[in-house]
Amino acid sequence: MAQIGFYGAGFPYRDFGKLSGKLIVLEGTDGVGRTSQINMLRHWLEEEGYAVADTGLTRSELTGPGLDVAKSGHMLGPTTMSLFYAADFADRLENKIIPALQAGFIVLSDRYFYSMLARDSIRGIEKSWSRALYGIALRPHLILYMQASLPSLVQRLIHGRGLNYWESGMDLHLADNFYDSFMIYQTAIIKELEELAKEYNFVTVDADRTPLEIFEDLQRPIRLLLQNRLTKSERPF
Amino acid sequence: MLRPNDTKGKLIVVEGIDGSGKSTQIDLLYKWLLSKGYSVYFSEWNSSALVKSTTKAAKKMQTFTPATFSILHCTDFADRWENSIYPLLKAGVIVLADRYAFTAFARDIARGNDPEWVRDMYSFAIMPDAALYFKVPLEVAVERITGSRAKLKYYEAGMDLGLSENYEESFALFQGKILNEYDKMIDEFSLTMIDGTLPVKEQQRRVRSLIKRILVGFEGLPNPEKRGIAVDNPQARIKAKKGGK
Repeated sequence: MAQIGFYGAGFPYRDFGKLSGKLIVLEGTDGVGRTSQINMLRHWLEEEGYAVADTGLTRSELTGPGLDVAKSGHMLGPTTMSLFYAADFADRLENKIIPALQAGFIVLSDRYFYSMLARDSIRGIEKSWSRALYGIALRPHLILYMQASLPSLVQRLIHGRGLNYWESGMDLHLADNFYDSFMIYQTAIIKELEELAKEYNFVTVDADRTPLEIFEDLQRPIRLLLQNRLTKSERPF
Repeated sequence: MLRPNDTKGKLIVVEGIDGSGKSTQIDLLYKWLLSKGYSVYFSEWNSSALVKSTTKAAKKMQTFTPATFSILHCTDFADRWENSIYPLLKAGVIVLADRYAFTAFARDIARGNDPEWVRDMYSFAIMPDAALYFKVPLEVAVERITGSRAKLKYYEAGMDLGLSENYEESFALFQGKILNEYDKMIDEFSLTMIDGTLPVKEQQRRVRSLIKRILVGFEGLPNPEKRGIAVDNPQARIKAKKGGK
């Protein structure tokens, strides 16, 4: 039984009423520059007079501390980790995103469950299982995908915050050093995201360009969404 | 749905509402199997050290919604499944679980989650070789719990469902809903019903005769010194302590 507006059953014990806001998701792999784009988009939309709420992955009050603990110890199995993320996602969706949408906000979500599907798939988790789990997810109004090439990611990260353990997929023991592991892992992640882009109708933006160019490319579909002028292939449903 | 058992081990689980006496029975079963020279491991619902720090905090703050409640309990189960239950089953151990996926199917659905969604979430787990369901009338269970304990806890009493302002009344209503869900599962999962109002000794006699049948021809992992198994992740315990305050 699917709840209206959700991928699956949603939260069948609650009636959220009309969600008058808009949910816009920004997807893209690690180091692609999502955070700075979210900040720019937020300023722009606020200037235009919209109330904006932004939210990121794994930052809920419920599981935030537990996830940090889990990550620092590296002893959680893939299914456990996946469920931990899902709990966090559910908490954020139910307690932050949906209330903001009820209040008419534009919600900018720094990633959504698609990233989880990608990382789960690489860790050998059955695709149908992850998809069923995220039957609680609300369908966004627009999914923007920042598509970057591997060389530009490496360049950006090494001159920025550096390669880290998780973004390099070191838990998968793909290679004996961060760089090789990063290349193998991110290649796989990007491949997964490309497939998800087709499955879920992402609107792809070339993220190898300058931040300002990317920003302008992101603005375009958002404008169309706010004018109800997105084409069918640009809408998640 | 739950997968068939593809391991050399045996999985035996007990289910029932609070106060049904299942924990007493599984404890007696554990000691008996150990004395017979089997390798036995005991795993309890909601006991993973790492997830505990999270669930404890959330319970204190009463911030669970039915969905997060459900996912976090599955996380706890998955942690025990991946780190101990499944590897031990593969090694040929008899694993005894005090509550299993059926508890989630009963409680989470009583809380209003989608039945299929909850069942799909646990589909990485296997169907037990024996699932013993200790059935007692609602009044008996409620009397056992409210009579013996100082105070019911918020989620234990199902206060989050808003059934009643009164803890004891809410508890009884909530347990009634859970009982209904259990009854629906008897056929679906071939649960073996044990009358939880019988004397403890008689219940145990029935449990043992049933398990004996399941263990005919079972070799398992030898345990000549009759020692218990302590699978614990010491690192997890330390981290959970630090993180959990």
